[in-house]
Amino acid sequence: MVLSLFRKAEITPPADIEAASLRSDRFRLEREADWRRLDTIVTALEKNRPRRISDDDLLELPVLYRNTASSLAVARETSLDAATLNYLEALVRRAWFQIYGPRIELIGWLRRFLGGGWSAAVRAIWLDICIALVVMVAGTVVGWLLVDQDERWYYSLVPGGMAGGRAPGADPEVLRESLGTAEGADGLGVFAAYLFSNNTGVCILAFALGFAFGVPTLLLLVHNLSLLGAMYWVFSEAGLGLDFAAWISVHGTTELGAIMLSGAAGLHVGRTMMFPGDRSILSAMQTAGVRAAQVMAGCTIMLIVAGLLEGYARQLVGSTSARFAIGGAMLLFWALYFALVPAPQERDT
Amino acid sequence: MSAHHAHAAMQADRSKRARTLVTPEGLSLPLTVGSRGARAGALLLDLVILLVGIIAVLVLFSAIGFGLLDIGSSPEASPVLQGLLVLAILFLFLSRYGYFLWFELGPRAATPGKRIVGLRVAARDGGRLTAEMVLARNLMRDIEVFVPAFFLLGGGQNSGAFGLATFIWLAVFVLFPVFNKDALRAGDIVAGTWVVEARHAKLKDAMSVAPDRTRDYRFEEAELSVYGEHELQVLERVLRQDRPESLREVAEAITGKIGWQLGAGDEREFLEAFYAALRGHLESNMRFGKRKRDKFS
Repeated sequence: MVLSLFRKAEITPPADIEAASLRSDRFRLEREADWRRLDTIVTALEKNRPRRISDDDLLELPVLYRNTASSLAVARETSLDAATLNYLEALVRRAWFQIYGPRIELIGWLRRFLGGGWSAAVRAIWLDICIALVVMVAGTVVGWLLVDQDERWYYSLVPGGMAGGRAPGADPEVLRESLGTAEGADGLGVFAAYLFSNNTGVCILAFALGFAFGVPTLLLLVHNLSLLGAMYWVFSEAGLGLDFAAWISVHGTTELGAIMLSGAAGLHVGRTMMFPGDRSILSAMQTAGVRAAQVMAGCTIMLIVAGLLEGYARQLVGSTSARFAIGGAMLLFWALYFALVPAPQERDT
Repeated sequence: MSAHHAHAAMQADRSKRARTLVTPEGLSLPLTVGSRGARAGALLLDLVILLVGIIAVLVLFSAIGFGLLDIGSSPEASPVLQGLLVLAILFLFLSRYGYFLWFELGPRAATPGKRIVGLRVAARDGGRLTAEMVLARNLMRDIEVFVPAFFLLGGGQNSGAFGLATFIWLAVFVLFPVFNKDALRAGDIVAGTWVVEARHAKLKDAMSVAPDRTRDYRFEEAELSVYGEHELQVLERVLRQDRPESLREVAEAITGKIGWQLGAGDEREFLEAFYAALRGHLESNMRFGKRKRDKFS
């Protein structure tokens, strides 16, 4: 009794086909076993347990699917049994979703993604990347100029908690200390994790804001980079401009790169919304959105790297030249990766 | 009677949401776009699940954390505490950005909330739903769900003209699905997806395998042409539900219409026989291309 609960339910052919007085019911009873078989396979696929399906069943799946679909077509024309029609429609739909559903295998997807899908998507939005880069440079310059003109701008650009003593006119020694290294690796993991989750949040926001024709994305980029420009001004006033640049470059080439890419991805969607070209706006936006999503998935990877660089490398490596070397090497790596890795071969999956 | 009206209204709403999806091999499949109410309900369910999960995990983490603190500030405790903190930060990050993504990438393409209300994500063009599509629609979710939620929780709408402008701007995203017929949200547009109903249906018993009663009940052509397909399906529902009072009510309505007298207790037998006869009649007409939608046509 208990065992029978665990045994796979046998699919028995319905008792007596001839007993049915209606022709449409006989049609149904003759095919019912096939439908139930397809149902069991589809249920196993939905539960993500394909190993429960026997080889025979798996081989028969396309045939069962086509037969059931044609049963549905016939039943629609000959049967008025609403319950059976409902069942068939739901079953065919479920089977279709499984056969054409997402077939995602993480390792395979990652290999394809890192092996060219990502770099191809990045190359495809080159124009937006150029725009984002220009806007970011402009934002930095604006931040620098504003604070250069009137120091009070610094306090409205940089939130108090973030400044942490790094204010205009601060003691150069305090500033130099803030660029220094940590004693040991203690607590740096927490710092790296916090940086990663925070920065990824900003990047996703930069992307999502692109939906409104890209304008808010531009504003976000300008705002974030003007902060950098303002801070650079403070350090260069104290004669620490080069040290600050080295300090930023350790993780900055990766992190600002990710921010640039996510901003560009947002712009790409927003720009497509404005200029869909000769396609319908919906299909143009879908192409742009899927491409931008690939760029964004890559941004997450870049930000993990940036978080580790910022949390560990920057806190442990102190010399200006070594910091520039790390930052420069990362920049070179990303530039070469995006420029040179070819797009993967087209496959239908 | 009001139940009938409600049912009719539901049918009308469903037919407004009915779409036909043509698969790559040319088979047309009926789909029903998920109603806005169902989608809002699914989202609320997911948010509740997320919130409860987050609270449970954070309580567990802090219990472990405090337990370690009690031992004293031994040097071994601190790396563990740090590891715990890292885990907590990553957990919060993943629950905000990963929960929806993870479940929609699965074979059901639905979060637990969507599953409960019977919805799933599908590609609008009838092709395969790809990982990138799911990714795109969930990246947009941040500005459609989380940013507005945090904004409202933080009371941002009260902070002057800028707050009001932000509020209106965010409302455009939140209310986006109300203003298009497929209930697409911004993420669906960017990803080329939509959310459709994915109900399971059980195969119910065949109706005409009940004992053949054509000898006891013989219906004339004229008696059978009183009703159409709609009434047949109402009768099917009544028979499948098998509630004595509705069986009696329907049997009385039918006998009244065709002028029969029926003994008490024979309702089910009579209705089964009438159903089989009516369906046979309508289906044979159907084979000749004649369809009768309801009793008025």
